[in-house]
Amino acid sequence: MTESHMRAIRLVIDNSSPQLSWNPLDDLAAIFHYEFMVHAFQAGTIIAVVAGAIGYFVVLRGSAFAAHALSHIGFAGATGAVVLGFNPIFGLLAFTLGAGVAIGALGTRLRGRDVTIGIVLAWTLGLGVLFISLYRGYATEAYAILFGEILGISTSDVAVTLVAGAITLVAVVAIYRPLLFSSVDEDLAAAKGVPVTVLAVAFMAVLAVAVTEAVQVVGVLLIFALVVTPAAIAVRFTSRPAIAIATGVGLALAFTWLGLAIAFYSPHPVSFFITSLAFATYVAVRIAEPLSTRMRSTTANATA
Amino acid sequence: MSDRPAIAASELSATYGRRPVWTGATFDIPTGSFTAILGPNGSGKSTLVRLVLGLLAPARGNLKVLGEDPQRGNPRIGYVPQGSHFDPELSIRGRDFVGLGVDGHRWGVRITGREQAREAIERAIVSVDANEYAGRQLGRLSGGEQQRLLLAQALVGMPQLLLLDEPLSHLDVRNQQAIVQLISDVARERRLTVLLIAHDVNPLLPHIDHVLYVAQGKLAMGKPSEIITSESLSRIYSSPVEVLKDSRGRVFVVGLEEEVSHPHD
Repeated sequence: MTESHMRAIRLVIDNSSPQLSWNPLDDLAAIFHYEFMVHAFQAGTIIAVVAGAIGYFVVLRGSAFAAHALSHIGFAGATGAVVLGFNPIFGLLAFTLGAGVAIGALGTRLRGRDVTIGIVLAWTLGLGVLFISLYRGYATEAYAILFGEILGISTSDVAVTLVAGAITLVAVVAIYRPLLFSSVDEDLAAAKGVPVTVLAVAFMAVLAVAVTEAVQVVGVLLIFALVVTPAAIAVRFTSRPAIAIATGVGLALAFTWLGLAIAFYSPHPVSFFITSLAFATYVAVRIAEPLSTRMRSTTANATA
Repeated sequence: MSDRPAIAASELSATYGRRPVWTGATFDIPTGSFTAILGPNGSGKSTLVRLVLGLLAPARGNLKVLGEDPQRGNPRIGYVPQGSHFDPELSIRGRDFVGLGVDGHRWGVRITGREQAREAIERAIVSVDANEYAGRQLGRLSGGEQQRLLLAQALVGMPQLLLLDEPLSHLDVRNQQAIVQLISDVARERRLTVLLIAHDVNPLLPHIDHVLYVAQGKLAMGKPSEIITSESLSRIYSSPVEVLKDSRGRVFVVGLEEEVSHPHD
């Protein structure tokens, strides 16, 4: 079910759009009164944790474009699955995994890697367009894949997300140290016996699963907001890996929860609020950073 | 000094893909010595280091490293790779980077041995005098500061052999001298064998015991005063090589660069 369907149902039940009261606790309770909102918070929370954690490595490895491309390549898989009558999530996963392994095998050092990825990306988006035209139903399925469908998540979807999320997190923990090592200095890591190519492939496979999960919330077009932006903000505050990861997770959770809550009381889509919160925070940090640096250096000069 | 050489090569040949890089190299690097690997760009200096690290197999001949066959990830070797200067945006502290030298090759996260790791990291940082900036973001540090932390990373595992691939190439003269002095001091104190690839032998001359010259498909080893002369290099490479000395005693080798296909590699 799409967001618009859910909203329609909600309107039928309530016979009105939810209104903010003067009591914030009541407002919060009102959100969780609806099962679809509970599911949205559950799935959103799992996905925010996974995306925020893996985002640190995406930023550290300079793989932001690869992450973005994975989701777009997944679009063709998702629409293809719809045409064949499968759950789009399986097509999405198959394509992102395939692309992830291929990108990982290309290696980080290959010059023009992004060009290669971009060429494949353009072709798969073309495929996606073909699949949409072949599917003679509503375009709502495609719309949900592109922009996310967090308000239409079922209990079983939450369970699948939980399992996938747990697998992703366990995988990240399992490869944490050698992944960090090879992300910082691949030559050095290789000399120290780290299987850098295997790790590159493993990381992209884990990223593919994480991206597939995150598509449920923000859709393939807006994946950056959850997988890249929180980590990109976090690394501006700290250069300690564990704290950067925790900060990224915290920010991804904040954007998701706030986005869901705001969307509940407004007629506009959740994806818009999540991406806007992420963007606004990033802009604020980028503006505040040089100001605080300048202030610090003026203070330092004054005391010197 | 023990009898067993730190590195022993006999009739050693290396190929890059199918192209021979150098052939028939026979030399011993004595334990506890400081050796500079010199030679023009593309002559195969890094290839030698890759062989010692076990990243590349010898095409022919025999190579023993610390008495054993070369093995990848040998914990008794500390390594600083070529061209390691970090992206300014790279979000990791110097201290965390040094920590990767302790257990970065192990799976999972650090659960046991946190205290020992922390102590080893601090010792290594202090030994290269990097305490002041080890808590800052690695990529934002100066070339000399990054080089010291790279060295700390190489030293943190208490190695017996240090392989340093062009650690001086991005530094100014003052920093070059400081880093060489530091390497020399640490090596003497810990009885480390050091192999250091360099472009310019001059900052190294006061400290090195041997020179390993790599050029035109051949390796030649000896004392700096014996190898770096016009006669010696001309004889080894059967071509007119001139070693020039300026008024401050710095030496310049002219005549071995001709064979180089990519001088700015």
